[in-house]
Amino acid sequence: MRLDRPDNQGRFAEYGGQFAPETLMPALEELETEFAKAWDDPGFHNELNKLLADFVGRPTPVYRAERLSDQLGIDLYLKREDLAHTGAHKINNTMGQALLTKRMGKNRVIAETGAGQHGVATATACALLGQECVVYMGEKDIERQALNVQRMRMLGTEVRPVTSGAGTLKDAVSAAMRDWVATVDTTHYIIGSVVGPHPFPWMVRELQKVIGEELQEQMDGSQRPHPDVIVACVGGGSNAMGIFYPYVGSDVRLVGVEAAGYGLETGEHGASLVAGSPGVIHGSMTYLLQDVQGQILEAHSISAGLDYPGVGPEHAYFKDRQLVEYTSITDEEAVEAVNLLASVEGIIPALETAHALAWIAKEADSLRGQTVALNLSGRGDKDVQQIIDLVDADE
Amino acid sequence: MSRQALAELFSRCRAENRAALLPYMTAGLPDPEGSVRLFVAMAEAGADGFEVGIPYADPLMDGPVIQAAGDRALAAGSGVEVALDILEQVVAETGRPSVVMTYVNPVLRMGPEVFAQRLSQAGASGAIIADLPVDEALPFASALDRHGMGLVLFVAPTTTEARLENVVQASPPFVYGVAELGVTGERDMASSHIGSLVARVRKHSEVPVVAGVGIATPDQARSAAAAADGVIVGSALVRRVMEADTVDAAEDALRVAVGELADAIRRD
Ligand SMILES: Cc1ncc(COP(=O)(O)O)c(C=O)c1O
Repeated sequence: MRLDRPDNQGRFAEYGGQFAPETLMPALEELETEFAKAWDDPGFHNELNKLLADFVGRPTPVYRAERLSDQLGIDLYLKREDLAHTGAHKINNTMGQALLTKRMGKNRVIAETGAGQHGVATATACALLGQECVVYMGEKDIERQALNVQRMRMLGTEVRPVTSGAGTLKDAVSAAMRDWVATVDTTHYIIGSVVGPHPFPWMVRELQKVIGEELQEQMDGSQRPHPDVIVACVGGGSNAMGIFYPYVGSDVRLVGVEAAGYGLETGEHGASLVAGSPGVIHGSMTYLLQDVQGQILEAHSISAGLDYPGVGPEHAYFKDRQLVEYTSITDEEAVEAVNLLASVEGIIPALETAHALAWIAKEADSLRGQTVALNLSGRGDKDVQQIIDLVDADE
Repeated sequence: MSRQALAELFSRCRAENRAALLPYMTAGLPDPEGSVRLFVAMAEAGADGFEVGIPYADPLMDGPVIQAAGDRALAAGSGVEVALDILEQVVAETGRPSVVMTYVNPVLRMGPEVFAQRLSQAGASGAIIADLPVDEALPFASALDRHGMGLVLFVAPTTTEARLENVVQASPPFVYGVAELGVTGERDMASSHIGSLVARVRKHSEVPVVAGVGIATPDQARSAAAAADGVIVGSALVRRVMEADTVDAAEDALRVAVGELADAIRRD
């Protein structure tokens, strides 16, 4: 059973909750109240919907991938979140949270970013609304997603490098939370996925479910067929949650694809649902990568947005109840899928998204004849340099 | 040791018109053996009890000094098991009531009941779990309670009246009064929050309030001790250990620093 809202402890059954320092708890309570109020207020929806239409470019199109469908022997549709302003689904969330920040009377925003897409989307919303913005980004990610770092700076955002841990998304989230503990009176933390303590997983899901709601209209059996299968990549899980949620509990097969990195057997991956176990990370009870003593392990993925040892708690809930299937794809398979979509359809997808496509390509035989919808969560411009470097290193 | 040992410590300090000095130190720093010696040196210099820190890879409430200390301790082989061993030796050798300071995931991994059993065997008086607010505390508090210990709960400058009442009603062995917004680390100024935090708790209960976060210098400790029943100093002491080249040098630096803090928390 899908839950409209987590329970009054912020839980999706045993997952979620609020494992946060006391200093933040009053702000989390305020955020829950304020978001619930805004979400019940037609005025807030009007304001948000107008921005989503005129500024973000929603609804995003659904495109039938003609040549790739033929090649794979399936009926493949792409939900084009890459065509949303700033080039990924992340902006659906940041527009909503930035408007909420204004309602709460706060004027400073912080965020974490891995691939830089959430950072760019936050920087964009803040530029639009005149809010001060600081984005935490791991050192390693600053290097591999340099284009997005420059974009954030042009948008007037301060990018703060994070050197702790492996210098990736987990460390950026931790750094943002540490900032927030000190600045919570004036600052809102726009978290970038369906992760973190309640109310974030619920709020971000509500802001992202527009993807799946649009798809229901676009693939309604008249203009286009109903999907048999919907596939999305899972880092923190926001694009997957956004497209899955309206379909959870229906007869549509839902497949979430995590990062298998160098391969699950190497231990170097980001597959928290497939290969992790329950515990607490970043304020939430969920699946995570941890050792026997409960130390959180470093994740690995070629894709900065999937290089995270946790996942949103509602996905943990879906996994245990088998409402969604979760699987994984390696670095190598993902890079191949980038090239496949680029050469056959003229679309360069983000490395994150390429994981979902790679699964479809790999399973093409078992999917033969079926109608498959892929959440094309983002465009790949940011990854071009990284892929060039990889090819150079191989030669 | 037990929760009772802590209660006795606070009543003795009240009688002596001073606050209790409860230093924080990461367990296993600079290595497991040297670590016990550091706690013993602090006890000899006037520490009344300890927060024994279980090193954790993702310490959300900690600033750069304790983060780096945790990484170094983990690299030197420390972890939950080693920290419990160290705690046991520290309590046995110093007789000072001690609590562990940890994050919730290692406790969940072991299970609250086993964790409480192990703490009790090691002679702990209780636990501080930095990312466990009162709302999620019940299973952990009950497990510690069953073993004669207690779960410390937090009150921060941002804590609402309703939340503060929940904290007091859960009857922790002491309330951790968060002296500063933000993570652990040294600050330039003395906290302006402690007086009002203690007064707010006192309206409901006589439970001891111990001030921590951002208290580093003897002056800051003196100012906190004027209102609070105890003072926690962490980063300033951990930094001295991180800067020392040998265990001997770390011991010497801690003796001086803890001695000065112990003088500062007398109210006469
Ligand atoms: C294009 C794109 N897709 C997916 C993700 C992964 O995040 P999530 O799982 O929250 O959608 C990211 C994160 O950076 C991204 O940029």
